[in-house]
Amino acid sequence: MAQIRVENLRKSFDQFTAVQGSNFTVDDGTFFAMLGPSGCGKTTTLRMIAGLELPTEGKILLDGEDVTFRRAAARDIAFVFQLFALYPHMNVADNIGFPLKCQGMGRTEVRQLVQETARLLRIEHLLSSKTSKLSGGDRQRVALGRAMVRRPKAFLMDEPLGALDAEFRHLMCGELRDLHDRIGATTVYVTHDQLEAMSMADQIAVMNKGRVEQIGSPQEIYDRPASMFVADFIGSPPMNFLRFEGGLKSGDRAISFHDASIAVPEIREDRARAPLALGVRPEHIRFADAAAVRGEVFGAEYLGTTQIVTVDTAHGRLAARLPSSASVRIGERVGLEFRSERLALFDVGSGLAVRTANDGSAGHG
Amino acid sequence: MTAAVARSTAHSIVEASPRSKAVAGGLVILYAVITILPLLWIVATAFKSQSDAIAYPPKVIFEPTLEGYVNLFTVRTRQTPDFIAKLPPPETWYDKLVRQRDMVIAGPSKVVPRFVNSLIIGFGSTFLAVFLGTLAAYAFSRFRIPLADDLLFFILSTRMMPPVAVAIPIYLMYRQLNLTDTRLGMILLYTAVNVSLAVWLLKGFIDEIPREYEEAALVDGYTRLQALRKVVLPQAVTGIAATAIFCLIFSWNEYAFAVLLTSGEAQTMPPFIPFIIGEGGQDWPAVAAATTLFVVPIVLFTVLLRKHLLRGITFGAVRK
Repeated sequence: MAQIRVENLRKSFDQFTAVQGSNFTVDDGTFFAMLGPSGCGKTTTLRMIAGLELPTEGKILLDGEDVTFRRAAARDIAFVFQLFALYPHMNVADNIGFPLKCQGMGRTEVRQLVQETARLLRIEHLLSSKTSKLSGGDRQRVALGRAMVRRPKAFLMDEPLGALDAEFRHLMCGELRDLHDRIGATTVYVTHDQLEAMSMADQIAVMNKGRVEQIGSPQEIYDRPASMFVADFIGSPPMNFLRFEGGLKSGDRAISFHDASIAVPEIREDRARAPLALGVRPEHIRFADAAAVRGEVFGAEYLGTTQIVTVDTAHGRLAARLPSSASVRIGERVGLEFRSERLALFDVGSGLAVRTANDGSAGHG
Repeated sequence: MTAAVARSTAHSIVEASPRSKAVAGGLVILYAVITILPLLWIVATAFKSQSDAIAYPPKVIFEPTLEGYVNLFTVRTRQTPDFIAKLPPPETWYDKLVRQRDMVIAGPSKVVPRFVNSLIIGFGSTFLAVFLGTLAAYAFSRFRIPLADDLLFFILSTRMMPPVAVAIPIYLMYRQLNLTDTRLGMILLYTAVNVSLAVWLLKGFIDEIPREYEEAALVDGYTRLQALRKVVLPQAVTGIAATAIFCLIFSWNEYAFAVLLTSGEAQTMPPFIPFIIGEGGQDWPAVAAATTLFVVPIVLFTVLLRKHLLRGITFGAVRK
């Protein structure tokens, strides 16, 4: 197993820059997710780590060893593709045993390792089947088996659950994480699905337009987004932004929001007057008649234990997550109160978060 | 309710009505008859005697003879009946057949070496065109090649005029290079004509094969060349077979360059067949016999690859 380090990695295709100067370290045994919208460069980054694409600039280190320009086969890394890429002209056992055969391992040894791997994945009964006869989930297990069988230094997975239906995806999420823990492998997992990333990963790198916006645990990313993009991308519905103009002073515990004063976590940096945004997660909004921000209920979406209520305010449309028991009438005028210790502030110009007491002494980044 | 449903499916867009099926079937049979008839006529003519072959009105019922085939494979001289009577008795059935016509066999004709030329040049150039075409198509399909579109257009542009338009420059070049009337020269020429077709056809097929297959193989320990050979090619077999048939049909049938550039050593069947001369002009049964034999390899090759061909022609035609 191994540590993966990426230094100033850049990749351009003709005019288009897919990845611009990425830096991150995936520690040994970590389940690391790269999350972002399509076209954000996450797959290109993964393919460069695998050796399927050569970087324009930068370095890739595996356990401290520079492998930037090494052949894919020589990196001892396994790759799981979204479309499984099982060889259609081979059966399940041959597919799983293929990487071992490539290395020139003897037949009995291959058979034994294939058996072992199949047992781990619970697909022993499928070993002699044709891959075209398998269900999506079983194909995915075979693809995983082919990746696992030679015990590589790291697993790279490119949206491996993207081709499965929703119900199955959930099941496979659990299985994947379980498998990761049992093998203790380093895994880099690319997805555009925040739920997959949040539920499986130890560390998430959120990417946008070829840049890494934030790296952190799922909780850090959710609670303390480093930028408006991250705040907007993570969470469903996403964080609400209330725009205002104002200056900030280190030590302030409230902001002047239009005419009102709203309590926020203690601010840790000075800002000249500039367009700012107050970030509020839907679950941190409560109805309170005395509140300064007021609006009219536009609609409600029932989700079982909670409901998402949309409210039109003078500062835009906000989504609030309320218990289903709360009775809400459309058209009703309501006051909105925010949980002050969970609020975030952003500089609209740069899109970056303003440092507050929530970021702790370490700061963000 | 059920009846209504049944009636509605009778006119559904997927299920053809019995009448349209009958019409379609009839058309297919008619087309088959029209295309097969000339072929059958040639096969039959090969078994006719000289006079039956040119009889008017044409004879459908005739007494079959192997004279056409014997004439095709031999060179004969006419002798007086006295001379023939003095010869020792004929050793073989074809000796006997020839002597009945007051002739003796003087030696084998050139049909066998010509046929061998056709085989070597046809299959040799097909192999080369498909081999080079596969490599080029793979490169165009998978790698970022500078000016790829211009190169592909350039390759295609070699097909934009009839090859015969450049016959004279090629003849002069070949004479300078001592390639006229050599098998190598003909193989190179047919390869050059076919390779553009091969590149374009095969690029379409290889584009359809997901790159993940070979990328998986690359990560798992194969080199690029191994991945191409053991992962991509098995999946491109259909396209390769279809391309090979198209290339073979061209180089097998090619006439104009063969007439121009070959006369002896490297002459192929197409220029040879029309000049099979018997006594008093064209020996039609022998020509028909040569044509029959000439068609056999192509038919065999196509039948052997039929399974792939059917998929190959439609595959790649539909873009996602």
